[in-house]
Amino acid sequence: MNESARATSGEWVKSERQLERERVRRSRARRSASIATGSTIVFIVLVVWVVTNSPGWPRVQEKFFDPGEFAKALPDVLSGFLLNIKIFLIAEPLILVVGLLVALARGIRTPAFFPIRALATIYTDIFRGVPTILVIYLIGFGLPALELQGIPSDLATLGIIALTLSYGGYVAEVFRSGIESIHPSQFAAARSLGLSHAKTMRFVVLPQATRRVVPPLLNDFVSLQKDTALVATIGPLEALRQAQIHTASTFNYTPYLAAALLFILLTIPMARFTDHLAARTRRRRGA
Amino acid sequence: MSLLTIEGVWKNFHGHSVLRGIDLEVHPHEVVSLIGASGSGKSTLLRCVNLLETVDDGAIFLDGEEITDPRVNVDDVRKRLGIVFQSFNLFPHMTVLDNITLAPRQVHKAARAEAEEQAHDLLARFGLADKARAYPDQLSGGQQQRVAIIRALATQPRLMLLDEVTSALDPELVTEVLGIIRELKESGMTMILTTHEMGFCREISDTVCFLDSGVLLEKGPAEKIFTDPEQARTREFLRSVLETRRL
Repeated sequence: MNESARATSGEWVKSERQLERERVRRSRARRSASIATGSTIVFIVLVVWVVTNSPGWPRVQEKFFDPGEFAKALPDVLSGFLLNIKIFLIAEPLILVVGLLVALARGIRTPAFFPIRALATIYTDIFRGVPTILVIYLIGFGLPALELQGIPSDLATLGIIALTLSYGGYVAEVFRSGIESIHPSQFAAARSLGLSHAKTMRFVVLPQATRRVVPPLLNDFVSLQKDTALVATIGPLEALRQAQIHTASTFNYTPYLAAALLFILLTIPMARFTDHLAARTRRRRGA
Repeated sequence: MSLLTIEGVWKNFHGHSVLRGIDLEVHPHEVVSLIGASGSGKSTLLRCVNLLETVDDGAIFLDGEEITDPRVNVDDVRKRLGIVFQSFNLFPHMTVLDNITLAPRQVHKAARAEAEEQAHDLLARFGLADKARAYPDQLSGGQQQRVAIIRALATQPRLMLLDEVTSALDPELVTEVLGIIRELKESGMTMILTTHEMGFCREISDTVCFLDSGVLLEKGPAEKIFTDPEQARTREFLRSVLETRRL
C-alpha cells in the first residue's frame, strides 16, 4: 500500500522505509551499548591496574582491605550505624520544619513582625557560616555546661539539635529560593482572588515552590546522612566511633572501610531517587 | 528540483496520529503556508522538518538528501534551516547582538567582528539598529520577534520555518513582523509558515496547504484556496475563521 492510500484508509502500516530505519536505529543503539560497555571495562581495568601496581599497594591492602578485620568490625560498626540512621531520621523532619519556618519568616513584610524577619536572617547567616563540626562541638559541650533545667544530656540528642540548627539554615535558603522562583504573577493572581498573604503562600506558592526544590532538598539529605558521622566527635557510639575504637586496638584501618561502605549503601538509593525525580520533571517539561 | 520534499510523513503521540501521511514539495523561493485548526498538525510538521520531532514513518529530503535517516547528523541539517517560534525563545541573558551572533560564531565559525557586522546590517535593515545592546526583556513583543527572525536569518539558512510567529503579539505589533516576512519573500527566501492571519497568508503565499486532523486535505495556489476551495472542510474552516475576524 502506498502512502496516500494509507492516509485515506486512515490506518497506519509501517512502510519498508520505516522498518529499515528502525533496524538502523536498533543496530546503532546496540553499537552505542557495546561501546559503553567496552570503555567502562577498559576504564575499570586501568584503575585496578594502577592501584594494584602502586609501590605501597601491599601495605595498603593489608591495612585497609583485611577481610578478617572487616568481618570482626562489621557487627559493631553496623550497630553503630543504626544510631546514624536514627539521628538522620529524627533530624530530617525537624530540619524541614525549621527550614520552612525560617524561609517563611524571611518573607514576612508586615512591619510589626520585623524582629522575626531579622532573627530569621541572623539565624541563616550564623548557622550557614559556622562549620557544622563547630556547631556540634558548641552545642554538644556548651549547652549541657549551662546546667539549665530540661537541657538534654544525651549526646545523640545534642548531636541532633546541632545538625538541625546547622542544616536548618541551608534548607531555609533552599526553600526561599524556591519561593522566589515562583513568578510574581502567581502571587498576583491569588491575591486578586482575595486570598490573604498566608493563604496565598499555603495554597498557591508553597505547593509549587516545594515541588521545584525537591531535588536540591534531597541533595541536602544525602549530605546530612553522611554528616551524622560528625556527631562522633562528641562521643556517641555511632558507626565512625565504633570503627575508631576497633582501629585503635588493632591499628588496622579496615573498620573505616566498613563504615564507608555502609554510608555509601545508604546514600546511593537516595542519590538515584533524586536522579529519578529530576528525570521525571524533565520529561514533564518536555511533553 | 525541489528544495524540500516531504513524503508520506506520519507522526504519533501517545497512540494518536498527529500527522497521517503528509506529502509536500517546496521549491526554491517558494512561500508555502500551512493553515488549519489548532491540533491539525501544522506545528508538528514544522518541528519534524527541523528534526525537533522524529517522524514515525515517511521521509523528508532537503536538497535531495534524506534528513530523516538516523545516520544523518542533525546539527548539520539544522545549520541549513532557520526556525522561528511563536514564543520568540530569545536567550534572556544575552544582548540582541549576542543572540544574533551566537550561532554564526559558535556553529559557523565566523569571526566576531564579521558576525557582528552582519548582525548590525540585518538590524539596520529591519529597523532595529539602535537595539543591538538591549536585552530581550527591554523590547516589545514585536521587536523581540523581529530579533528572533534576524537570529534565524543570520546563519543564512536555505529554508525558513515560521511557526505562528504573530500569534503571541498584540494586533498593532503584528504588522511590523509581517513586514519583515514580506521583505524576506522579496529577497527570495524559501519559507514554510503556519499562520492564523488569513489576509496575510493569501497575500504572501505561493501555495497554501489546508491540514485537517493530520491529513493534507487540500493544496493549491493561494487565490484558488481562498476563493474556490475544492473541499467542503476547507470552505467550512475558512468561513469560520473569516467570520470570527468580522466580529
